[in-house]
Amino acid sequence: MGSRSSHAAKIPDVDSIRRETGFSQASLLRLYHRFRALDRTGKGYLSRLDLQQIEALAVNPLGDRIIDSFFPDGSLRLDFPGFVRVLAHFRPVDEEEDGNRDPKEPEPLNSRMNKLRFAFQLYDLDRDGKISRHEMLQVLRLMVGVQVTEEQLESIADRTVQEADEDGDGAVSFLEFTKSLEKMNIEQKMSIRILK
Amino acid sequence: MRVQALVPFGPWSWCLFLATLHCCGASSKLNRSTDSSAQRELNVRFAAASSQPAETISVFTLDYDYVQIPYEVTLWILLASLAKIGFHLHRRLPGLMPESCLLILVGALVGAVIFGTDHKSPPVMDSSIYFLYLLPPIVLESGYFMPTRPFFENLGSILWWAGLGALLNAFGIGLSLYLICQVPAFGLGDINLLQNLLFGSLISAVDPVAVLAVFEEARVNEQLYMMIFGEALLNDGISVVLYNILIAFTKMHKFEDIEPVDILAGCARFIIVGCGGVFFGVIFGFISAFITRFTQNISAIEPLIVFMFSYLSYLVAETLYLSGILAITACAVTMKKYVEENVSQTSYTTIKYFMKMLSSVSETLIFIFMGVSTIGKNHEWNWAFICFTLVFCQIWRAISVFALFYVSNRFRTFPFSIKDQCVIFYSGVRGAGSFSLAFLLPLSLFPRKKLFVTATLVVIYFTVFIQGITVGPLVRYLDVRKTNKKESINEELHTRLMDHLKAGVEDVCGQWSHYQVRDKFKKFDHKYLRKILIRKNLPKSSLVSLYKKLEMKQAIEMVESGVLSSTAFSIPYQAQRTQETRRLSPEDVESMRDILTRNMYQVRQRTLSYNKYNLQPQTSEKQAKEILIRRRNTFRESVRKGHSLPWGKPAGTKNIRYLSFPYSNPLPAGRDVKMAEFTDHDGSDSELPPITFNTHSPAESIQERRWTAEAIPMKSLHRAGTPPRFGYQRSASREERLGRGRRAILRPKPLFHAVDEEFESEEEAPAFGSLLSSELRPGGDCNLSHSPLLQRK
Repeated sequence: MGSRSSHAAKIPDVDSIRRETGFSQASLLRLYHRFRALDRTGKGYLSRLDLQQIEALAVNPLGDRIIDSFFPDGSLRLDFPGFVRVLAHFRPVDEEEDGNRDPKEPEPLNSRMNKLRFAFQLYDLDRDGKISRHEMLQVLRLMVGVQVTEEQLESIADRTVQEADEDGDGAVSFLEFTKSLEKMNIEQKMSIRILK
Repeated sequence: MRVQALVPFGPWSWCLFLATLHCCGASSKLNRSTDSSAQRELNVRFAAASSQPAETISVFTLDYDYVQIPYEVTLWILLASLAKIGFHLHRRLPGLMPESCLLILVGALVGAVIFGTDHKSPPVMDSSIYFLYLLPPIVLESGYFMPTRPFFENLGSILWWAGLGALLNAFGIGLSLYLICQVPAFGLGDINLLQNLLFGSLISAVDPVAVLAVFEEARVNEQLYMMIFGEALLNDGISVVLYNILIAFTKMHKFEDIEPVDILAGCARFIIVGCGGVFFGVIFGFISAFITRFTQNISAIEPLIVFMFSYLSYLVAETLYLSGILAITACAVTMKKYVEENVSQTSYTTIKYFMKMLSSVSETLIFIFMGVSTIGKNHEWNWAFICFTLVFCQIWRAISVFALFYVSNRFRTFPFSIKDQCVIFYSGVRGAGSFSLAFLLPLSLFPRKKLFVTATLVVIYFTVFIQGITVGPLVRYLDVRKTNKKESINEELHTRLMDHLKAGVEDVCGQWSHYQVRDKFKKFDHKYLRKILIRKNLPKSSLVSLYKKLEMKQAIEMVESGVLSSTAFSIPYQAQRTQETRRLSPEDVESMRDILTRNMYQVRQRTLSYNKYNLQPQTSEKQAKEILIRRRNTFRESVRKGHSLPWGKPAGTKNIRYLSFPYSNPLPAGRDVKMAEFTDHDGSDSELPPITFNTHSPAESIQERRWTAEAIPMKSLHRAGTPPRFGYQRSASREERLGRGRRAILRPKPLFHAVDEEFESEEEAPAFGSLLSSELRPGGDCNLSHSPLLQRK
């Protein structure tokens, strides 16, 4: 580990990344190694292809959507800051950090709101800020086994939207989404331990 | 078959039990009444021109003595197997108590039967039989199925914990008991220090793997799992080594004769025995891997080679007074990687199952023997000794856990929390190992052997039953899960989504630790070891055709299972349904929730799944297959359109299929409609977005370069938006049938990277990766695996 600290210099813009994401130096280094390892052909950025090579993602029902969330705005290249930025959402929430935070600064990427926003965008593909019934149905389809009939899925989707929808527009906005999950421990659910 | 709660025996086993009883009764009667004629009857069978001609030819004779031993052993094993069947048929039992509980119960039952019928049980267990025949399969199995990557990642912690833990426990318990023995009131004064130490060493042999199944549900993290596993693995070896050393000490005449030199020699011997065993194991592992390289023409002997070499490593190590257990473990670990690639598919399956079978049989026999010993007259009960043994076992385990982990946490990247340590402490369940060692104590050196056996039995029963049954709830409690049953459908759905999301992102992050060491080893492995040890030139065509067959099989299965019903598609996507807010009755909601809960895909278990008594279940494999099939079925459109998720697809779009042949020329348009049936599968040798060839860099074939080269123009061709389009008349309906119109998602066509997965991403998904590829085995220097799952080693 000691010999690797020299590698920190190799990471471009390491300080701004640190500030933005809140990762420790060690974690950033590890992520950098991971980034380089994923980038097999040594391009310096990641493409969708590289992420699709991760076999475990192939059997993840949401695999494609997860990959897409790494490529915001339809871009085709993922550079290291972008990579880290997405992963920063999954950093465990540190209680102290929260208290010391300067309220004027933007919310850290791993705040509850930002985590929820990240999850929200997995549903909301057309980025209109709302999860329509159709989008909900799509996600349901992805996540449920083949033995459930289409009608059942539709009624479940209906019900899901109905439960969360408060203003009756037939879609779930972000605020409604957060409200429906207020009892859930998002900080723990969407945190990956190793990303301290 | 409904099975009552705590009666895990099926009806057949009762019949068998009664039959046993009858046989025992019959045989004992036979024994008693026909002592004199027994000899004659026996000899009748063999003596052709015997001295005493029988008076008449008896039409029907019962000759039980001839078959007694194998007969009874077989009956025992069968009984235990039937009990296991019954145990697993009950849905909740396996999660409640470890399987060793069951085995002990069966053993006790058999013991009761034997005791009740006054039958002399066959001498199955004595020292040589145990150490030569019963123990190696058990150790081999745990060594073989050990997941290597996490093991080596945590090797330092595991060695520290298992090694020092065993020593600490052994000496701690031994010394404490010695102090207790000094108290005159207990009447234990004749047990000297060495005997106590020996007892301590054998009682500290834990078998925690037995409880792993119980809290598998709770998803303990990988490191914890590995700790427990590693401890189980090394524990046996260390206990036996200690045991032997202490026996050697005991054989020396007097306690007072032992000098510090002897103690130092003992320590040195401990180290040599351990390391020597490992060394021999590794050597034999390499030899057997090398030999399997040449067995392609006679694949039937491949399992034989594997087993014989492992066994040989054990025997050779034992000959030299090294640790056979560690040898066989090291052999299994070394051998596994290379053998798996070399041997044929069926041999691989055979090896796995046979190993499980052998270890099952061994363990069953040991437990039955334990049961037989329990119910008998060979006991000596001493309240003080036994109670204090129990107490000290727990105390010393707690001390060793908390102390050792406190130290090792300083050096670990991801320290173990107190909860983890509690789980480790509580999973200190003893097993067959302790009993065997106790049973095999030489009576000459240990006049109070019976006391030791009794105490061991009590500890085993206590830990297995009480701890085994309560560890599940404890772990679940510690997990602090919000068991909020009445979750709304929203919460349920979103929770599951987040779980999947988290699992996915974890996979993206991968594992990281000790990069450099592992990289170096991998480089070395590739440069030298694999070249020597792995078969070359496996015919690729057979693998490809196997893959095709597999695809077809899956598609047929899906059709047959009625998945592809056409009704699914009658509702177009963008139909603007009126947003009716129907009031749903609570039952509807309940049933909806039920449907959702039951049918949502399980999150991929990131932690390992090892079951001592069974090979991995097939459900995750099915799920993975389903997901893969679905995803693959929709990987068309977006490639043309150049984006991944074509949301907002207008209704009624036909997802036109076309074949992509990354390594040959694209098919001319206007393919036969008849071929449409097998579009997916026929073209699967090309439509291999899932296939990734994993080759060694030196063996990077020209073929591959060609593929990559050809693939790329293909891809850009697609991007340009003018793909070879093959309109099939039935394509629309077929598409409907085959996927409920899944979104077409960009799949990388040119996946023929000559990349070695092993080099970089550390994903090892043993639970399902190897399952999926178990049907499609890797071979030679090309690892062909189903879907982007690469065969991970």
